[in-house]
Amino acid sequence: MLSDGVIIASALAYMGVLFGIAYYGDQRADAGRSIIANPYIYTLSLAIYCTAWTFYGSVGLAAKSGVDFLPVYLGPTLMAVLFWLVLRRIVRITKVHRITSIADFVASRYGKSSLLAGMVTVIVVLGILPYISIQLKAIATSFSLLRQYPVVAMPAFSTHQPFWADNTFFVALVLIAFAILFGTRHIDITERHEGMVAAVAFESLFKLVAFVLVGVVVTFVMFGGPSDLFQQAAARPELAALMRFGVVPGGYGGWLSLMFLAMMAFLFLPRQFQVLVVENVDETHIRKAIWLFPLYLFVINLFVLPIALGGRLIFAEGNVDADTFVLTLPMIERMPVLALLAFLGGLSAATSMILFETVTLSTMICNDVVMPILLRANPRWLAGRSDLSGLLLGIRRAGIAALILLGYLYFRFIGESYALVASGLISFAAAAQFAPPILIGLYWQRANRRGALIGLSGGFLVWAYTLLLPAMARSGWIGVGFVEQGLFGLELLRPYALFGLQTPDPYMHSVFWSMLVNVGGLVFGSMLSRPNAIEQVQGSQFVNVFERERHDGDALLWRGVVDTVQLHDLLARFIGPQRASEAFDRYLDGKDDYPLQADPQLIHYTERLLAGAIGAASARVMISSIMMGEVLSIEEVMTILDESTQVIEYSRRLEQQSRKLEAASAELREANDRLQELDRLKDEFISTVTHELRTPLTSIRAFSEILLANPDMEVEQRGRFLSIIVKESERLTRLINQVLDMAKIDSGRIDWRVEEIDLRALIQDAINSTSQLFHDKAATLREELGDRPVTIVGDHDRLTQVIINLLSNAVKFCPEQTGEVIIRLEPAADCWRIEVRDNGPGIAQDQHKLIFEKFHQVSNSLAGKPKGTGLGLPISQKIVEHHNGRIWVESDIGQGAAFIMELPM
Amino acid sequence: MAARRAITRKNNHNIPPERKRLATEENVDMANKILVVDDEPNIVLSLEFLMKQAGFQVRTASDGEVALTAIAAEPPDLMLLDVMMPRKNGYEVCQAVRANPDWKDIRIIMLTAKGREVEREKGLALGADDYITKPFSTQEVVERVRELLAGAG
Repeated sequence: MLSDGVIIASALAYMGVLFGIAYYGDQRADAGRSIIANPYIYTLSLAIYCTAWTFYGSVGLAAKSGVDFLPVYLGPTLMAVLFWLVLRRIVRITKVHRITSIADFVASRYGKSSLLAGMVTVIVVLGILPYISIQLKAIATSFSLLRQYPVVAMPAFSTHQPFWADNTFFVALVLIAFAILFGTRHIDITERHEGMVAAVAFESLFKLVAFVLVGVVVTFVMFGGPSDLFQQAAARPELAALMRFGVVPGGYGGWLSLMFLAMMAFLFLPRQFQVLVVENVDETHIRKAIWLFPLYLFVINLFVLPIALGGRLIFAEGNVDADTFVLTLPMIERMPVLALLAFLGGLSAATSMILFETVTLSTMICNDVVMPILLRANPRWLAGRSDLSGLLLGIRRAGIAALILLGYLYFRFIGESYALVASGLISFAAAAQFAPPILIGLYWQRANRRGALIGLSGGFLVWAYTLLLPAMARSGWIGVGFVEQGLFGLELLRPYALFGLQTPDPYMHSVFWSMLVNVGGLVFGSMLSRPNAIEQVQGSQFVNVFERERHDGDALLWRGVVDTVQLHDLLARFIGPQRASEAFDRYLDGKDDYPLQADPQLIHYTERLLAGAIGAASARVMISSIMMGEVLSIEEVMTILDESTQVIEYSRRLEQQSRKLEAASAELREANDRLQELDRLKDEFISTVTHELRTPLTSIRAFSEILLANPDMEVEQRGRFLSIIVKESERLTRLINQVLDMAKIDSGRIDWRVEEIDLRALIQDAINSTSQLFHDKAATLREELGDRPVTIVGDHDRLTQVIINLLSNAVKFCPEQTGEVIIRLEPAADCWRIEVRDNGPGIAQDQHKLIFEKFHQVSNSLAGKPKGTGLGLPISQKIVEHHNGRIWVESDIGQGAAFIMELPM
Repeated sequence: MAARRAITRKNNHNIPPERKRLATEENVDMANKILVVDDEPNIVLSLEFLMKQAGFQVRTASDGEVALTAIAAEPPDLMLLDVMMPRKNGYEVCQAVRANPDWKDIRIIMLTAKGREVEREKGLALGADDYITKPFSTQEVVERVRELLAGAG
C-alpha cells in the first residue's frame, strides 16, 4: 500500500507545495504586498527551531529519561521573555546597519573585521554539520522504516555499503537541488527571503498538526485516553519513573546548563538569527511572539510524554528505537495515512531546517570567507568584471551543495554513533559561543575586536576539544585514548573532566569551560588593548542604537576622493544597474545631476547598500579599492574623531553647566523668597507683640494719670480704677511670659523635663488652680477622670499649663451663672484623650484652625468679654505636639466648644 | 505736624481741675459731642472718663460697625478712633466717614498701639486729622481734642 513510489511521490508533492508557497511569497514581496508581514507568520517561522530533533528526538529522549526533554524548550521560552530587551535591540541594529547574517553582525560590531566574520563562519560551519547530519539521518531512517510498511523493523545501516546504494545520499542530493532552487533562485540577492519564510511558516504549521494528530491517535485510539495511558504506564515501575522529575541526570545543574544552551542556540544558531532578526519585517511583531511562540512550544510538547509512554508499552521488547515511535506507532496500528503524515511531518521539520540553515550559511561563506579572500587575492580581476551578481550566486550555490554533502559525510562517518539529541547539543554548544561577543557587545561599549577574537577562538577551541573531538573519537575516527587518559596522558587534560572538573554530563562541562574562556578572553582582551577608530564608532553605534538612530560618525572615516560614477558602477556590479540607479536617485533626491565627486555621506550610503549584498567587511574592502588618493590613516581618523568627540563633550559640558547655573539661581531665588517671607513674618510678629503689649499699658497709664490728677475721687470709683490697673498689669505680665515661652518653644531653647507623670493627678492640680475662676463665675465643673492613676511620660509643668489654659478658656467663655464645664479623661486607641467641654457661645467652623494661630482671637462683639493674650492655644498646641499628641476643637456657633487633646500612651 | 504742635504747646496745657468740670447740666446740649471707638473696654472707660471730665458729651462704640451706626444716628463733632478692631477697623471707618460729604466736619483722631511711622502716614492719608500713639498721655489727648475742636469752630 505504501510503495516506494507513493512515498517518494508524496514527499516530492509536499516539497512542490512548499516551493509553490515560496514562489507565491516572493511574487507578493516583489509586488510590495508581503504575506509574511504579520506577527503570526513571524511566530510560526520561529518554530524552525523545532527540527526533526523535536519531531523524533524528543520522544526518544522522553522514552529514556522522562521529562529530561523539556529544558531544550524551556530555554527558548525563557528567551522569549527577554525578547523585548535583547532581540529588539539586535533587530534595530541589524536594520540600521543592513546586516545580513550573524557573522556580519559580529564583524560589524567589532569594527567590520573580516577576520572575525570569517571566524564566525568557520565556527558555524563546523558547529552546524552535526545538526545537518541528524536531519539527514532522520529523513533517511524514517523513509527506510516507512517503505517496509506494514512491517516494523529497524533498518540496518551499514557504513560499508557504497554511498550510491545509500538512500541518505540521494536525500541529500534532492535537498541540495531544493535549497538552491529556494534560496538562490533570486538574482536579486539583497532581498530578504520572504518566500522561504512563508514556506517555513507553513512547515511549522504542518509538523505541528502531524505531531499532534499522532499524539491524539496514540492517546485516544490506541489507548483509552490519557488516564488509561498513564495508569498503564504507572503500573510498570521503569515507566513510572519517567513521569517523575527525579530521573533527570545531572540534577538541576544539568537542567540549567541545558536551558542555557537552548536559550543561546535559539538566538544564535544561524537560521534562528536569520528568521528572528534578518527576516523580521516589523519590530512590533516581537511583542506578539513573546507569548505566542512559547504557546507553540507548549502545544508541540504536549504529546511527547504520551507518545513515549505509549511506545514503551507497545514495543515492550525494546527492539524498536524510541526515536522512531512517532512513525512506528501509526504503522503498528495499521494506519498508513497517518504514518505517511507523520513521515511528511518529520520531513517537513528536517527540510525546513536544512534549507534555511544552508542558505543562510552559504551566504555567510560567500560574504565572509570567499569574497574577502577573492578581494584580497585579486581585486583587479574582480574590478574588471561588470556584473558580479552571477559570481555571488555561483559561490552561494556551491556553498549549499558543499554544506549538505559535508553533513552527509558527518552522518556517514560520525553521526551513526550518536543519538539525535547528542548531535544537536554539540551544535547548540557551538552556537552558544556567539553569545558573549554579541550580548556583551550590545551593552559594553569597550568590548573590542581583539577581545572578541581572543574570546571567540578560545571558546571555540575549548568546545572542539571537549565536545567535537570526543564525539569523533567515539566514532573511531581518532584514538579514544585522549578522552580517557587526557592529552599527552595528562589527567588534567581529559576532555570530559578538564582540570579535574567533574560534571554529570559533558555538555555542562563544556559550557562551563568554553564560556569561562570566551567571556574571560573578551573582557581581558578588550581591557588590555585600545580599540581603533572604526571599532569605537561601531561599538558606540551598537550600544547606543536606541539613543541615536542616525549617526554620521561612519562617514568621517571616508575622506578619499571618488567619482560618483565609479561609485555607482561599483554598486551596480553587485546589486544590478537598475537598482543602483534607483538607490542613487533616492539619495540625491530632487537634484538633476550627480555631483562629480561623491561626498563622504554618499560613500557611506553606498557602503551600506553594498553591505546588504556582500557583508560589511567586504563592502569596506570594495569601497576602499576604488578610492583615489588617500584612505584615512588610523591616526588621522583618531584625530578627527577625537576632535569631534571633544566638541561634543565640550558642548555637553557647557549645556550641563548652564543647566546647573539655572538650577542654582532658581534655588537662590527660592531661598530669597523664603527669607523675605520669614522677615515679613518676624516683622508682623514684632508688630503684633508690640500692639498687644501697648494695649494693657495704655489702660494702666491712663488710669494711673487719672488717679494722679484726681486725688479727691470717690473711694468706690478709685477702687474700680485701681483694680483695672492691677488686672491689666497681670495681663501684661502674663503676656510677657507667654511671648517668652513661645519664643523659647519656637527656637527650640526650651528645657523639657521628661519624667513619668500621673495624668489624672496632673489634671486634678490644674482644676485646683482654676477653682477660683469657676467660683467667681458661679460655673460648675464636672470631672470624669476615672478612678485610677494614668501614667505617661512627659513634662509635668508644661502639660499642667495646657490643662489650665483649656480650663480657663472654657470658664472664660461660659455664660454667667449657668456656666457648665466638663473635663474628661479616657483611653482611646493607643492614646489618652482629654476633653474640656463648655456651654459657651461656640466657635464657627472656619475659626477652628485659626484659633491655634498666634494672636488670633475669635472676634466677638459682645462687650465686656475678657480678652486673652492670643498665645494660650498656640503654646498649648506646641506643647501637645512636642509630646507627639494632637489637639483640636469640635464646636459650632451656639453649641459650646469641646477642646480635645490626645497624648500617646 | 500735629506731633510738633503738641510738643510746642506742652507748657501751657495746665488746666486747673475746676475748669475741667464745665460739663454742668445746663451746658450739656451746647457741649461738643465726642465718639470714643475702641474694642478694649478699659481704654474706652478711661477715655470716656477723660472726655466727660473735660466737659464733652460722650458716646462709645466697641467696634467699627457699631461706630458707623452711631455716627449715622447722630454725627459727633469728633471721634477718637482705634485702628485695630474687629469687624471694621479704624481705617475703614475713617474712609467711610470721609466718603460721606455730610460728615466732612467730623474731626477724627486715630489711636493706635502700632507705633510704626507707616501706620501714622496711612491714617493721615485716609483723612484723619490727628494721630495719637498708645499708650498716650491723658493730658495730651484732652489737649489735642480741644485744639482740633477750637480750630474747627
